[in-house]
Amino acid sequence: MWIEFNIALKFLRQGIAQTILILVGIAVGVSVIVFITTLVTGLQDNIVNRTLGTQAHIQVKPYEEINRQATITEGVRQLALEDKRSQQLRSINNWQEVMVALEGLPDVTAVSPVVSGPAFARRGAATMAVSVIGIDPERYERIISISDDMTSGVFRVVAGDTVIGSKLASDLGLRVGSKLRLEAGGNRTALVTITGIFELGVRELDSRFVYLDLKQAQALLGLYGGVTVIDLTVKDIFDASRVSDQIDRLTNLKSESWMQINSQLMNALQSQSLSSNLISFFVALSVALGIASVLAISVTQRTREIGILRAMGARKAQMLRVFLIQGAILGLFGSFAGAGAGWGMVWVFNEFGPRLFDISPSLSIIPVAVSIATITGVLAAIAPAWRASRLDPVAAIRYV
Amino acid sequence: MSEALDPTVLRLEGLRKSYNIGLPTELEVLHGLNMTLRAHDFSALVGPSGSGKSTLLNLIGLLDQPTSGELYLLDQATRELDDEGRTKIRRESIGFVFQFHHLIEAFSSLENVLMPLMVKGGRPNDEQTKWAVHLLDAVGLKGFERKKPSELSGGQQQRVAIARALVTRPALLLADEPTGNLDTQTAAHIFELLRHFNQEFGCAVLIVTHDPRLSETCDHTITLVDGRFTGDKDNEDNKGNES
Repeated sequence: MWIEFNIALKFLRQGIAQTILILVGIAVGVSVIVFITTLVTGLQDNIVNRTLGTQAHIQVKPYEEINRQATITEGVRQLALEDKRSQQLRSINNWQEVMVALEGLPDVTAVSPVVSGPAFARRGAATMAVSVIGIDPERYERIISISDDMTSGVFRVVAGDTVIGSKLASDLGLRVGSKLRLEAGGNRTALVTITGIFELGVRELDSRFVYLDLKQAQALLGLYGGVTVIDLTVKDIFDASRVSDQIDRLTNLKSESWMQINSQLMNALQSQSLSSNLISFFVALSVALGIASVLAISVTQRTREIGILRAMGARKAQMLRVFLIQGAILGLFGSFAGAGAGWGMVWVFNEFGPRLFDISPSLSIIPVAVSIATITGVLAAIAPAWRASRLDPVAAIRYV
Repeated sequence: MSEALDPTVLRLEGLRKSYNIGLPTELEVLHGLNMTLRAHDFSALVGPSGSGKSTLLNLIGLLDQPTSGELYLLDQATRELDDEGRTKIRRESIGFVFQFHHLIEAFSSLENVLMPLMVKGGRPNDEQTKWAVHLLDAVGLKGFERKKPSELSGGQQQRVAIARALVTRPALLLADEPTGNLDTQTAAHIFELLRHFNQEFGCAVLIVTHDPRLSETCDHTITLVDGRFTGDKDNEDNKGNES
């Protein structure tokens, strides 16, 4: 390999202008791929993290109630006008056992029982519609880390204490230490003290969420001892759908992954990934074609030298390798420069861009980009290298 | 002719070469040639343009394959060999000098001389490098080791090419119009060099040339006309004549 490597390097160095041009071409292509991949990955990570910052990966709840229709005897036609049943708050049957079973699943990292339902928050003459979320704070924190989003007070949810969203607090003029009256249906009320105010950054949640102790919420919502939802997190967020299906089959409960709940978002993310992959693919293709055409020209330029090398005993395989190595060298160095440039573009985007979100460029993309580009270089070199190895030495030597 | 004891380097037996086989334009350019070349032979191959000299040289150099007949190099039959086998013999036993010196521009003179060894065995060792430097010295290019071919004159380039052809100590040295584009004086000097190495290393030398003055300095002149040997002349005067 030593001599092939040497000849390849010398050939590239001799046609330095040509070499630099194609290196720049490869670098531009690779930098675009690195930048666009990092940008899209970063953007998607941000969106997913923001979404999952306020959501469980999987929610398990009871199936909705449906009407049962009387069975029809044969030969009888029945016309039915059906109104869907109203969905009352219902607890998950045997939720403690279900929870233990879910905790035993290998992919599940955290399980939290939740009881949630509607209520009014009242202060003086003002009334706001809210969602009462009854939680076991220790478990809930492992699903959604509210304590990271506190704007004032602390995340402490015990009987008689509550933590509410910032929008709700400002609408009702509440601050830490204020008392809040909650009214649910059936004349059930609770008077709680605000220990903390959070801001998740989602208006809907910040204006509606009222966290209560699980038992107090159960009492307020009239669902003594019950929970309406079990929240889960899983090891790999993109594995959530599979785990959700598994839970569905296992428990006879309705299990929904965050991907199902946010199907529109997922659709958007997938289209985005698809378009960025397409762009990357076509840029890579044009880079490969660039390498192939430069090497094809190089084979023509070097026809005579190939003939001489063959005459002095160079094997076909050696000539093949000389050009494959050139492809690899072009891919390797071009992509190193390109990965560096792409990295720089990400930095510029973070420093001077719209600053809507921060992209953390992952170092791992560099070896990936470099090895893919090197392999692409070798693949692109196959056709020209094959031609070089097949040249008839007699004709090649006479080639002027 | 060489002494009877010298081993046979090259033997042709009824060697034929046709082009466009099976087509209406089929053309036989070499019509059954027989020839023997021994170590220490210093022969000229002459003939008018189109007589088939270059075709014959390509066949002997195993760059091309005969249509029929057999070609023995160092007593090995070569017609049935595949590309790999012919490449191996080229690498080990044949040295080429072309009309246009055909050096590889990207490499220095010394690297060009070493090229056949590097193609065979990779990075040259000290002994091989010393040998290449010695050959460059022998062709009168001491101090030109680092020069690129483009920095050398035509005669100098041809001398590098001769050193390159000899670096593997081949049994057979083939030269195709080695002095074709050189002036008379330089051409004479190149011939002297070839003669010198023929004597020193005992390699058989076969030179294609147009120049009758040069062919007359060879031991032996083979004339090829229309694909047949028409004359085979010994120049006894020159035998063993180291000029």
